[in-house]
Formats: sequence, structure tokens, C-alpha cells
Amino acid sequence: MNDSEMACRELVELVNDYLGDALPTTGRARFEQHLGDCPGCVTYLDQMRATVAATRRLSEDDLDPRVRDELLTAFRDRPPEGRAEA
Amino acid sequence: MPPPPLSPGPTANAFGYDDDIELIAALRRGDEGAFVWLMKTHNAGLLRYARFFGRDREVAAEVVQETWLGVIRGIGAFEGRSSVKTWIFHILANRGRTRGERESRSVPFSALLAPELDDDQPAVRSDLFLPADAPRWPNHWAVAPQPWNAPEALLLADETQRVIDGAIAALAPVQREVITLRDVVGMDADDVCRMMQISDGNQRVLLHRARSRVRRALDAYLTPEAPA
Repeated sequence: MNDSEMACRELVELVNDYLGDALPTTGRARFEQHLGDCPGCVTYLDQMRATVAATRRLSEDDLDPRVRDELLTAFRDRPPEGRAEA
Repeated sequence: MPPPPLSPGPTANAFGYDDDIELIAALRRGDEGAFVWLMKTHNAGLLRYARFFGRDREVAAEVVQETWLGVIRGIGAFEGRSSVKTWIFHILANRGRTRGERESRSVPFSALLAPELDDDQPAVRSDLFLPADAPRWPNHWAVAPQPWNAPEALLLADETQRVIDGAIAALAPVQREVITLRDVVGMDADDVCRMMQISDGNQRVLLHRARSRVRRALDAYLTPEAPA
């Protein structure tokens, strides 16, 4: 194995830079080359993708309708300086 | 009923607002539909972020409500130097900090950003890899991760979401703040750097550590025989 080959231990520390498109071109090429040979790291990458997608869903609570109505009233009644022309 | 698809979440461009300029114009005109859309889009994320500044839900909800009132007051003077989303979260951060200091019950911002409250643990437990001096495959998996085979419905189930919530709650505050803004709220990296006044490199490291912790928690839950 030569020095430019990526080991799994290194890949797991780069996986989020890979997902965020923040790896330099050579790093990206080494990363993808490793993935081609390593089912364990493919699984790891899939798990990280699923983690990010599932975390995104935490946010989805409904807005309390009572609060929404109060704020909408405040929006409707806001003073004229809040209505400055763009 | 099939589970909802995993989507990247709403953006400022959805629902007919081509860009922030159009949205701001609508808000200034007094377009109530635009304001309702804005609340629907950001309220949940604001509530999550507000929990940094007040421990109980009630305080967090009040801070969010004050934030919306700040939006209503400020929209006429908003200059569009940042995205509308970032502007709203800035208002929240300012209100939250004031509130936190007044009540002395939340962690001040300087402490949130103190590097010693971060940790530099590896993403994966060291003993899951072969040692660096192993004769074959040094630093490669000794115990490779097992596929979760988790359908979307399982990832979205309440109990799974509680696992994620718990893992985030257990993070160092600065990691928790980054993952909340990036992955829960869905803010761009640039905006998070500006809001938290950290470098892009710092932001990436913190996000990486936070996500790695959450992945470990999910792995332990979804493949119970896996080493946590």
C-alpha cells in the first residue's frame, strides 16, 4: 500500500467535508477511490447521510395557532414606520 | 399512509418567493400570506435555537415570540445585507442573550465558544480500527459498521427522533449550537460562521464532531449489537 492510499480511520474524519464538498480535488479523488474498494466505508457514508437527513426532521413542529394569530394581529397593526416603502 | 419523504426542508425560495427581495417587498406591503409563510418556515427552528437561552420551553417560546415582534418592527428598516433567515436568527440571538443575562440561567455566549468546552474525540472509537502497526490493513476497519437497513419511517419515528435529540443534548454546547443551526435549522455554513463569529474551518470541525456523535447514537440504537 502506498502513502497516498486512504485508510478507513482517515476517511471517517473526512466524511463530513466530503458531504459538504469541502475536500480539495486530490482529497476527493483519494476518498472516492477508497470507497470503491471498501464496503465498510460505503456503509459509514450512507449512515452519515441518513443521520443528517433524520436530524433535519427534528425541526418540524407545528406552529401554535393561538401564537400565530396573535403575531398576525401584531403584523396587521404594526405602526406606519414598519410600512416604509422599499 | 406512506411516510413523508426526507427532504432538505423549506427554503426561502419555496412557495412562490423567488428570493428575499420579493419576500421583503411582500412583507412591507403588509402581505399576511408572506408573514404566515415566514412563521411556518422558521418558527420550529427558532424554537430549537431558543433553547440555548432559556432552559424551559416556556421561556424559549417567549423569546421566539419576542423575535417575531422584532421582525415586525424591523422589516421596514431591514437592509438586506444578510438573508432574511440569518437576520431573524440574529434577532433571536440578541433577544436570547439579553434574556439569558437577565435571568442568569443560561450559558453566556463567550462560554459557549470557549474551545475547552469542545472535545476532540475521534469520530469512531479507536479500537474499531486495526492498529497503525498492524501487518495487514493498518488503520482499516477491525469491526466494520453494519448497514442500518432502516426504512425512512423508522428514521422518522418518534423514538428515533428522541435518540437524535438526546445525542444532540449531550454534546458540548458549541457543537450543539453548530449542529442545531446547520442540520436542524438548515442554515448555510457561511451564515453560521457569521452568526457564531467562528472561522469556516472551525465550523466544519465542530459540525463533523457533532454529526459523528449523533451517528454513533443512532448506530447503537438501530444496530443494538454494534459497539457504541
